[in-house]
Amino acid sequence: MTDATHAHGHDDHAHHAPPGGVMRWLTTTNHKDIGSLYLWFSLIMLFTAGSMALLIRAELFQPGLQLTNPDFFNQLTTMHGLIMIFGVIMPAFSGFANWQIPLMLGAPDMAFPRMNNWAFWILPVAGALLMGSFLLPGGAVAGGWTMYPPLFIQGGISYDLTILAVHIMGLSSIMGSINIITTILNMRAPGLTLMKMPLFCWTWLITAYLLIATMPVLAGAVTMLLTDRNFGTSFFNAAGGGDPVMFQHIFWFFAHPEVYILILPAFGIVSSIIPTFARKPLFGYASMVYATASIAILSFIVWAHHMFSVGMPAAAQLFFMFSTMLIAVPTGVKVFNWVATMWKGSMTFETPMLFAIAFVCLFTIGGFSGLVLAIAPVDIQLHDTYYVVAHFHYVLVSGALFSIFAGIYYWLPKWSGYMYDETLGKWHFWLSVIGMNIVFFPMHFLGLAGMPRRIPDYALQFTEFNQIATVGAFIFGFSQLIFLVVVLKAAKGGVKATDRVWEGAEGLEWTLPSPAPYHTFETAPVMK
Amino acid sequence: MAWAASLPVRAEYAYNLQVPASKVAQDVFELHNLIMLVCLGIFIVVFGAMFYSLLKHRKSVGHKAAHFHENTTVEVIWTVIPFVILMGMAYPAAKVVIDMKDTSNPDMSIKVTGYQWKWGYTYLNDGVSFYSTLSTPRDQIEGTAAKGEHYLLEVDEPMVVPVGKRVRLLITANDVIHSWWVPALGAKQDAIPGFIRDSWFKADKIGTYRGQCVELCGKDHGFMPIVVEVVSEADYKIWLDKKKGAATTAAADDSKIFAPAELIARGEKVYAANCAACHQADGMGLPGVFLPINGSKVATGPIDAHISTVLNGRPGTAMAAFGGQLSDADIAAVVTYQRNAWDNKTGDTAQPAQIAAARGGAEAAAPAAP
Repeated sequence: MTDATHAHGHDDHAHHAPPGGVMRWLTTTNHKDIGSLYLWFSLIMLFTAGSMALLIRAELFQPGLQLTNPDFFNQLTTMHGLIMIFGVIMPAFSGFANWQIPLMLGAPDMAFPRMNNWAFWILPVAGALLMGSFLLPGGAVAGGWTMYPPLFIQGGISYDLTILAVHIMGLSSIMGSINIITTILNMRAPGLTLMKMPLFCWTWLITAYLLIATMPVLAGAVTMLLTDRNFGTSFFNAAGGGDPVMFQHIFWFFAHPEVYILILPAFGIVSSIIPTFARKPLFGYASMVYATASIAILSFIVWAHHMFSVGMPAAAQLFFMFSTMLIAVPTGVKVFNWVATMWKGSMTFETPMLFAIAFVCLFTIGGFSGLVLAIAPVDIQLHDTYYVVAHFHYVLVSGALFSIFAGIYYWLPKWSGYMYDETLGKWHFWLSVIGMNIVFFPMHFLGLAGMPRRIPDYALQFTEFNQIATVGAFIFGFSQLIFLVVVLKAAKGGVKATDRVWEGAEGLEWTLPSPAPYHTFETAPVMK
Repeated sequence: MAWAASLPVRAEYAYNLQVPASKVAQDVFELHNLIMLVCLGIFIVVFGAMFYSLLKHRKSVGHKAAHFHENTTVEVIWTVIPFVILMGMAYPAAKVVIDMKDTSNPDMSIKVTGYQWKWGYTYLNDGVSFYSTLSTPRDQIEGTAAKGEHYLLEVDEPMVVPVGKRVRLLITANDVIHSWWVPALGAKQDAIPGFIRDSWFKADKIGTYRGQCVELCGKDHGFMPIVVEVVSEADYKIWLDKKKGAATTAAADDSKIFAPAELIARGEKVYAANCAACHQADGMGLPGVFLPINGSKVATGPIDAHISTVLNGRPGTAMAAFGGQLSDADIAAVVTYQRNAWDNKTGDTAQPAQIAAARGGAEAAAPAAP
């Protein structure tokens, strides 16, 4: 805000031309620059953690140990999970928030531009701590991304670094959230009431509250791990009067809302894209807002469904089973609303729409397997098997990640000023959607047949489905190189994008030139 | 390949839960089928509508967009209908939950203890206790030998229970959290160090049922299977007598004096079953994770300190206390082996009596039950 008013009183050029080279990016307080930084960081991390996944799948191509030893295998699964969650999906959504929220609200920038810079720049530090731990004696953290003690207490120095990295990433998320909440509540263009703003802003507003409520809980949990490891406390050690299961309660009180942190912004992106390509307004806007809020509130009372097998009293199992099943209601409302938005539209199928449709369909498969897992007796059979791996990858790959792809294809022309290559985009879509299903669909069968997750070697009856999954993983993994090419091409040049980009696009961001100028909405637009 | 031979056996459960062998597993199997069918039905209706729309309501076939964007009646209907369907699912599920949690009136109780990386079983009614470790040879895992039919799902000492008896399991762990699971019996329970949780099963059919640890418990999480042999009442009695006989022989060993060669031969076996997972067969450990024994100060220094380390472990590290797990004769043997194997040519021997002395007066008799 101060920057904007400042700029008017002085020589405009001094403010419009950022410093060159590395210093531009290190010192930037511009929401567009920071949005791009988040997205590039996320892209690099996607290929890092994706390579780990391919190594995991290569090891699992056949029974026996071929490429890794069990300890290194555990390091790969742990780091793959931590980086995909904290280094890929969350930063990507922060990137979208930084780029789009001010443009959608008609605000000149985020509310706290300097904090915004910090929120991003501490992330690569956390990423370096995590990745650097591979080089330390004993290797990277191998106790699973869920960090359950007492196993997590046993590890070496890299476990302490991981705790530090989690603290830093949590700090970054909290700073980002404060910024988003303040921007949305205070910097909307005159006349743009809360119930008129794009659904993407709503989903991020609710996500930001979830982050502020749960990140400190995670910080507390990992701090207790840190003191148990280094300072002789016994929070999670039964011999000292503690309880290892208490960690799981605290952790999942954070991590279940975290699941929605990873999906609510995706709902927002898809809710922006479907109306554009159906050329028809979003069906049931108000019910979408209420459904998002209901999901967020319910997310705080369902955490123990991740721990049915620890042995809870029947009453607790029933409570967590019923509350979890209840989440299917608002989630169902969302899916019905998206289908109703498409219904009687005038649809075209550019790459963003293709990814959005795949999202609705495949995320729902993840939702159904979630409902199966909500049923406590069935969950007890399937807990910690590949069924769970299949479930959360349907939600996070064809859910969160596909929405990110959709959003990039959708807004990239506005950001760079050039259209992406539609043919390559379609190749990327079809190879991704086919590859993704070949990897993860057979995992349902593996889990049902009894294959535990997080094992480097398996019994012979699991061979065929593992081989199919590995083939799919390599198709899916390598097709992401097409995405890299598309993004690099469209960042550099190509067909100039029009201001509105898409025929059916509605919203403030499309009233701006393409690419969006470095400073936008220095004077607030007037809403009709 | 070896696994191709067992294809017909596998075909029967490749796409669904394993064939149930207990009522609880049967209930879960049916519950899962019911919920899958309901989900499938909803999926077909919703996505049937979506794909119809994708085909018909597209610009390329000249469809003009309608402009509706709200309908309260429809919204209420598709909030209420899913809610009703969920209630229909919740009722049968709740019945199974209550049945699963009812561990009362068992015919027998077995205490199950998870260790890194093996299971210990203590039959509380019959006074038998033993450890159960993976019996798949290392060369099958490393690919230098053909893999057997039950690769990674076979153990040296299975849990044996009589058919048709209600077996209550008291499950705990010694080091980190493990989880005991036999899919066909429908019993899964985390093993939590410092706490005892219970579960139960009643096997309907004689047979061998296999499962695995399902909670990440460190390096060899994938290598601690569970095998339950369900036998007739008569066969169970025979097995029990054999087990008790073996326990008497083992107890007698603790008061013997062994020749060094005997100790080393026995120690090599104990080492392979208990130590090699971390310290490796060549005694070199894993750099940065598990310390070497070959050339270590403990294995070449004073023997009393060595015995004490094996008996009591190293608190705060992955080195477990084996005093409760191994007999005096086994500890004497493994210590002797470690002090004479590889480059550790100390020439020392330890005898069972020394171990008993190191345990101290009260505990001297026999190792505690697992």
